[in-house]
Amino acid sequence: MGSGGEERGNGTGFDGAMAAELVAGLRRSFASRRTRSHEWRAAQLKGIVRMIDEKESAIMAALHEDLAKPQMESYLHEISLAKAACTFALKEMKCWMKPEKVPTSLTTFPSSAEIISEPLGVVLVISAWNYPFLLSIDPVIGALVAGNAVVLKPSEVAPATSYFFAKVLPEYIDNSCVKIVEGSIPETTALLEQKWDKIFYTGNGKVGRIVMAAAAKHLTPVALELGGKCPVLVDSSVDVKVAAKRIAVGKWGCNNGQACIAPDYILTTKSFAPTLVDAMKRTLEKFYGKDPLESADLSRIVNSNHFKRLMSLLDDENVSDTIVYGGQRDEQHLKIAPTLLLDVPHDSSMMKEEIFGPFLPIVTFDEVEDCIDFINSKSKPLAAYLFTKDRKIEDKFVKNVSAGGMLINDVALHLANPHLPFGGVGESGIGAYHGKFSFDAFSHKKAVLSRGFGGEAPARYPPYTPQKQRILRGLINGSIIALVLAILGFPRD
Amino acid sequence: MESVGVEGVANEVRTAYESGKTRSLAWRRSQLKALQRLLYEEEEGMFRALKQDLGKHQAEAYRDEVGILIKSVNYALENLKKWMTPCRVPVPLLTFPTRGELVPEPLGVILIFSSWNFPIGLSLEPLIGAIAAGNAIVLKPSELAPASSNFLAKSVSKYLDSMSVKVVRGGPDVGQKLLEQKWDKIFFTGSSRVARIVMAAAAKHLTPVAVELGGKSPAIFDSLSSARDRKVAVERIVGAKWVPCSGQVCIGVDYVLVEEQFAPILIDQLKATLEKFYPRFDCLSRIINGQHFQRLSNLIKDPSVAATIIHGGSLDSETLFIEPTILLDPPLDAEIMNEEIFGPLLPIITVIVHVQVLTLPSRFQLKKIEDSIEFIRARPKPLVIYAFTKDEKLRSRITAETSSGSLTFNDTMIQFACDELPFGGVGGSGFGQYHGKFSFDMFSHTKAVLRRSFLLEFTFRYPPWDAWKLPFMRSVYHFDYVTLLLRVLGLKRG
Repeated sequence: MGSGGEERGNGTGFDGAMAAELVAGLRRSFASRRTRSHEWRAAQLKGIVRMIDEKESAIMAALHEDLAKPQMESYLHEISLAKAACTFALKEMKCWMKPEKVPTSLTTFPSSAEIISEPLGVVLVISAWNYPFLLSIDPVIGALVAGNAVVLKPSEVAPATSYFFAKVLPEYIDNSCVKIVEGSIPETTALLEQKWDKIFYTGNGKVGRIVMAAAAKHLTPVALELGGKCPVLVDSSVDVKVAAKRIAVGKWGCNNGQACIAPDYILTTKSFAPTLVDAMKRTLEKFYGKDPLESADLSRIVNSNHFKRLMSLLDDENVSDTIVYGGQRDEQHLKIAPTLLLDVPHDSSMMKEEIFGPFLPIVTFDEVEDCIDFINSKSKPLAAYLFTKDRKIEDKFVKNVSAGGMLINDVALHLANPHLPFGGVGESGIGAYHGKFSFDAFSHKKAVLSRGFGGEAPARYPPYTPQKQRILRGLINGSIIALVLAILGFPRD
Repeated sequence: MESVGVEGVANEVRTAYESGKTRSLAWRRSQLKALQRLLYEEEEGMFRALKQDLGKHQAEAYRDEVGILIKSVNYALENLKKWMTPCRVPVPLLTFPTRGELVPEPLGVILIFSSWNFPIGLSLEPLIGAIAAGNAIVLKPSELAPASSNFLAKSVSKYLDSMSVKVVRGGPDVGQKLLEQKWDKIFFTGSSRVARIVMAAAAKHLTPVAVELGGKSPAIFDSLSSARDRKVAVERIVGAKWVPCSGQVCIGVDYVLVEEQFAPILIDQLKATLEKFYPRFDCLSRIINGQHFQRLSNLIKDPSVAATIIHGGSLDSETLFIEPTILLDPPLDAEIMNEEIFGPLLPIITVIVHVQVLTLPSRFQLKKIEDSIEFIRARPKPLVIYAFTKDEKLRSRITAETSSGSLTFNDTMIQFACDELPFGGVGGSGFGQYHGKFSFDMFSHTKAVLRRSFLLEFTFRYPPWDAWKLPFMRSVYHFDYVTLLLRVLGLKRG
């Protein structure tokens, strides 16, 4: 075991036995009840805020090393959101921790009832590589504010950020209750073999299935934040300049398209497509100049595996013909320029798999209704976007399209609102978090009912006389008369 | 249903769902009203089925299943419109004009597995939630309660929309065929062993699951000075052991913890109550089948366990009858104290005083009953903890220091009837909660919807991200409107 909270994987032998020991230690820490107090939880969050404030440049440097992420993005999409999650939780925590009184019915009169939130215990957070700082710390914040002990397994595909957590986070939080395990498949497998009280996973559907199957062995509840093809439906009744800018910043301004809620593809009518494509081209040139591979405002592709994957999507001969803008690439620096494609074949891989990169295909249909049908023919995405000024289309979209979350006339913003649950549905995931939803995701809501010894109902018990049965019927269905008879002790013994 | 039809049932029901009809308020209302009619008109049929499957007396059937369902359907009908209404959420002033709301939508196609002990109640209760949430449903009742399964198949197809709500009968092989298909949620009530199989199958499709399991639910019996209180308390304990389904109930009292000195009082009161409730045993449900009868017999077959029987103990394998049995301090490593009993055997555990107590300073007054807390914490989290006490300090400690699906003070079973309380387990007793609105939420997806207009653009959102834009965003994110205004007016830089 390393000093502080770090555990170095990658061949240093973090196996099942070590994982078991790790969990056992955390269970002991949790059993000591130190994580239960408001003070402890607030101290952890304040520690994280201090870490963000003091180490901001180190965080940005790690993100730049892992993804060539522009400073503005690191700030906007990771650092500020993480800090906002802490400050919101610090403000609301006492309120969330308070038991919630609930009304009781005549059936149990006299009684009082409340719902108490308790931590689940020891939880595992497995994070992703594309927002490696935020997607690690955000669920950890939720777990801590709910009073749990946590193991964080950052993604090995973003090694600088993973190392940052292993090295720096232990200096700011309680090491006996928060551990970081670095590593890849062997270490993750060793962790997944253990019994957790919850597993929170962010990543893709293939590994999501492996995580859930491992959880099934212990009947551990899971939250899975996955992905999908986030569609953007653009109607002709829009301010096309604004729409193009918002789509562009939501696509290429988010890790160059490597974001679970980035627009994956656009749908629009055949008649409006030329206007939209034109606006998008002009926007892209304004954002990234004539030579986008040179722009400092674009993240690179995370590694050569993903670079190759993306190239194979693009280099399909039926697809490469449809490029209307961009397509430039620099394999040495793992850079790909923002690329627009028009009328990509529906059965191409580009239109079947989650792109997770800087390609934005546009598919066209005769009517907006056809666009909605096309969206519904695919599995439910994490987010669905609509640009329109037409209220009827807006209502139809909201009613008929199912997605984790939905934004009208903008892209990606909903994840910054702590009052909205963030999560998927169907293939895009299970469970939600952010704000109070994070607290709830890592809590058990215990129902507590209190009665006195008065108000006894002999009608409940055998021998079951016809009179008792009559009273019982009334009692269960809240009849006042039955209740009065029951309180008066009818039938008498 | 023919087994050849089982393979395609998910798709059949999905087609009905995709027609959109289950989403309307009208459809949901009509189905719930139809359930209401079913519960009133088919009462005799339900009583007959439960009598046949479990020897349940009709009063028990009404109290524990039919009556509860009537209450649940009424509650759902009363609140349905409210539940379906999207609710507004606050949005930061900065993003004006923006409107945020949470829109509940059905998940789609639900698979419900129910168990044999409350075969009608535990089938229709989740069904009510799934219908209220606008889903299409396939229900697979337990084959161990065949009369109830047949009843459900017949009456569901008679009263409800048979294209959207189906009952599939059969055993594990049918269950397996169902699990191979794609569902939008699976709701399972039963044992951990089968729950693992269900969740592993669900993982292949990333289908969310809810599992309602069991565990060893204890009753902590503190000293009560009033004889009347003791009488009421013990009646309630008996009312959670033998009265519902002869102890085959997940929220029953599995075992009782009491201080050694009070055990005799408790035992006497238990015996007296049993005599009062059961002058004859015709009101007692029987054990479900030979396999469970054997399992229960084996629990008391061990001589070291049998030696601790202080009441009852007689068995009749012909009629699947086991007499209400009380044991005093069976060995803690015996199976009866490690597996969920799920039958009419009640171990009483007298709280062991730890040696460390003797080394505590004398000014501490340690109540020995508090050792129960440690006893319970050393074991998997149960579905429910019951505690009979008037001691406020003990109550606070139990509430804060134990974890269970539910916690009920001074009564038993009735938390099940509270529509405002979530019902479900934690840890070994399961996950997912239902009843009342929790049922509606369990079978819904709560979709976050944010609506913006094209007015009011913040150009510093967009690339190129010149050096001046980052400080701007900092002010935005601190909701530092004053600084933001100054920046916009050009009166502050850097």
